[in-house]
Amino acid sequence: MATMTMIQALRSAMDVMLARDENVVVFGEDVGYFGGVFRCTEGLQAKYGKHRVFDAPIAEGGIVGTAVGMAAYGLKPVVEIQFADYFYPASDQIVSEAARLRYRSAGDFTAPMVIRMPCGGGIYGGQTHSQSPEALFTHVCGLRTLMPSNPYDAKGLLIAAVECGDPVIFLEPKRIYNGPFDGHHDQPVVPWSAHPKSEVPEGHYTVPLEAAVVVRPGDDLTVLTYGTMVYVAEAAARETGIDAEVIDLRSLWPLDLPTMVASVKKTGRCVVLHEATRTSGFGAELTALVQEHCFFHLEAPIERVTGWDTPYPHALEWAYFPGPQRVGEAYRKVMGS
Amino acid sequence: MPAATMPLQLHVPEPTGRPGQATDFSFLRLSAAGEVTRPAIDIKPAHTGTMAWKLIRVLDAEGHAVGPWAPQVDVADLRRGLIAMLRTRAFDARMLIAQRQKKISFYMQALGEEAIAVAHAQALQPGDMNFPTYRQQGLLLCRDDIDVVELMCQLLSNGRDPLRGRQLPVMYSYKRAGFFSISGNLATQFVQAVGWAMASAIKGDTKIASGWIGDGSTAEADFHNALTFAHVYRAPVILNVVNNQWAISTFQAIAGGEGTTFAARGVGAGIASLRVDGNDFLAVLSASRWAAERARRNLGPTLIEWVTYRAGAHSTSDDPSRYRPADDWAHFPLGDPVARLKQHLIGLGAWSDDEHTHTQKALEEEMAAALKEASKHGSLQDGHIPPLATMFEDVFEVMPPHLHEQMRRAAEHKVA
Repeated sequence: MATMTMIQALRSAMDVMLARDENVVVFGEDVGYFGGVFRCTEGLQAKYGKHRVFDAPIAEGGIVGTAVGMAAYGLKPVVEIQFADYFYPASDQIVSEAARLRYRSAGDFTAPMVIRMPCGGGIYGGQTHSQSPEALFTHVCGLRTLMPSNPYDAKGLLIAAVECGDPVIFLEPKRIYNGPFDGHHDQPVVPWSAHPKSEVPEGHYTVPLEAAVVVRPGDDLTVLTYGTMVYVAEAAARETGIDAEVIDLRSLWPLDLPTMVASVKKTGRCVVLHEATRTSGFGAELTALVQEHCFFHLEAPIERVTGWDTPYPHALEWAYFPGPQRVGEAYRKVMGS
Repeated sequence: MPAATMPLQLHVPEPTGRPGQATDFSFLRLSAAGEVTRPAIDIKPAHTGTMAWKLIRVLDAEGHAVGPWAPQVDVADLRRGLIAMLRTRAFDARMLIAQRQKKISFYMQALGEEAIAVAHAQALQPGDMNFPTYRQQGLLLCRDDIDVVELMCQLLSNGRDPLRGRQLPVMYSYKRAGFFSISGNLATQFVQAVGWAMASAIKGDTKIASGWIGDGSTAEADFHNALTFAHVYRAPVILNVVNNQWAISTFQAIAGGEGTTFAARGVGAGIASLRVDGNDFLAVLSASRWAAERARRNLGPTLIEWVTYRAGAHSTSDDPSRYRPADDWAHFPLGDPVARLKQHLIGLGAWSDDEHTHTQKALEEEMAAALKEASKHGSLQDGHIPPLATMFEDVFEVMPPHLHEQMRRAAEHKVA
């Protein structure tokens, strides 16, 4: 088994699927000859040819719009939106077209595709290279929204997404492309090779699409989170000594409700973490679901730790980022300590 | 006055006619029938520049087919075309009445534009895919493998609606007939047609796509995306812009048609572009064949602006006499496509007034009988609609747990 970064794992997933399924095509801005600004598609054009892996004009609406037409024909497009911050021009094609084609045509036409996009901050990207727009997708019926947090899941989920019959939004936390990040931005970068989840099979495998995973078992409280914040949640547990049970949701929608509910019923306490802005964020949905399903098991109000309701700042990035200190405070608050 | 001190003025285009004021149609830039040359099939897109400012016409005022665009066509196909246009018109007329009788909730007719869809369909081959707007019902009504009863069941949103009551009336989907699912948010299908055509080229297939858009929605980004992608990848696609002059109450100048043409947009994007009399069945057939051949020979996309006139209201929710002269269509210089092909066929000795009247009557009877049959399956109005479960099905390929739960709860609260 090889050790891979997230980038290598994602590339390996596309490589595997381009080889297995001749209907898979990969395109997006800079993804062809150059291999993508984050190198996720490096070498794929040389290996599979310009008809399967190619550069697209800077027109996200055109990228997703043509992908809908290709999917209706029978291809499996895997498109890259260079940064999640750039998906907005494609909103109509994602929300009104890809997500609803099966429904509105009663299955006459479908639009299975994967829309990959790097998301999240922590790279001094400022307000146009740092956003986490997952709640804008989970709100749309007909879309699957995934966000892996490690190389093994990234590859297995991306392959599962390509093989799925639904349109899938595949959010890639760019801060952890090259190594896990626990929010301590002043400490040396940790490479993936030191993490067990960087052990990635070379060939085909899948990670189930609607399954959360308990990444840190614990008894004191339940943390519901995903992406980069998984590592912040673990760091806060180490640093506070609070025995948090950290759940990596992986699939934001549809959601693995039973895993969440079982954990909260066990611990009686819940903290919801995400990097995205707070108001109407996905954490609001998680909080509501926990309240609906676990109210009589709760020992304390549910806490949310999120980005602030501001654009993602450039200079004040670490004041915005919900780091281990803020997360630890939330743990103490729900523990009443 | 020195320019530096002149007050600046915002220009807001206006149509040349309004209620009580007859339209001056000189803005249309007409060419005489037979005047426009027919270029080689492999003409460089940039060299179609002059074509985009002229108007390809075949039928002259006497109904003769003249000039280089006059197509080689069997009289039987022309008769089929005329009958299909009459059939489309009869279907529309019957469904307009049904809407006024409140049997259906909404309708959109294609009156005055029938030649474009019907003649274009004759230039395509089985397996090709149209990405239509809501005014290309002629693509379906020209076929003998589409059951009008089923179309009417869609309009009635009843238990036999193949779209299970999920779409507004007229938003059909017929993959088997090369008719992509109609969306209600405009222009999205135009770039999808390009993607479908790219897929056909990626696979080394022989099928082409035909995308449709109105003059009004060429202002959408999807139109420009379609042109860019079609040009960049030399997609085997026909890009049809149906310029019927009106987008609900908005004249085409507000979409950017003033002082230019929609065909000229294509030339600017590096796409071979034609501007064609959309009410001239023979010109539509000929230009469509030219564009289809270019696509099939890997010569790339063709944009065609079809100049026509939306003779009816935008939809049954619209009253055009409030924003344009009520008798505008009667003065439209390109006339009625049905009358023009009828005149041509009579001139060929292949049609007669009697046959015309007889055909119209037979089609009216066909549509009345079909509506009667469709109505047996109920309607939105009488509550014979698809079952509750159809609301939750097809959101995902496999229904996830949260929708199972919501379906169960909705069933508990459903008023019987």
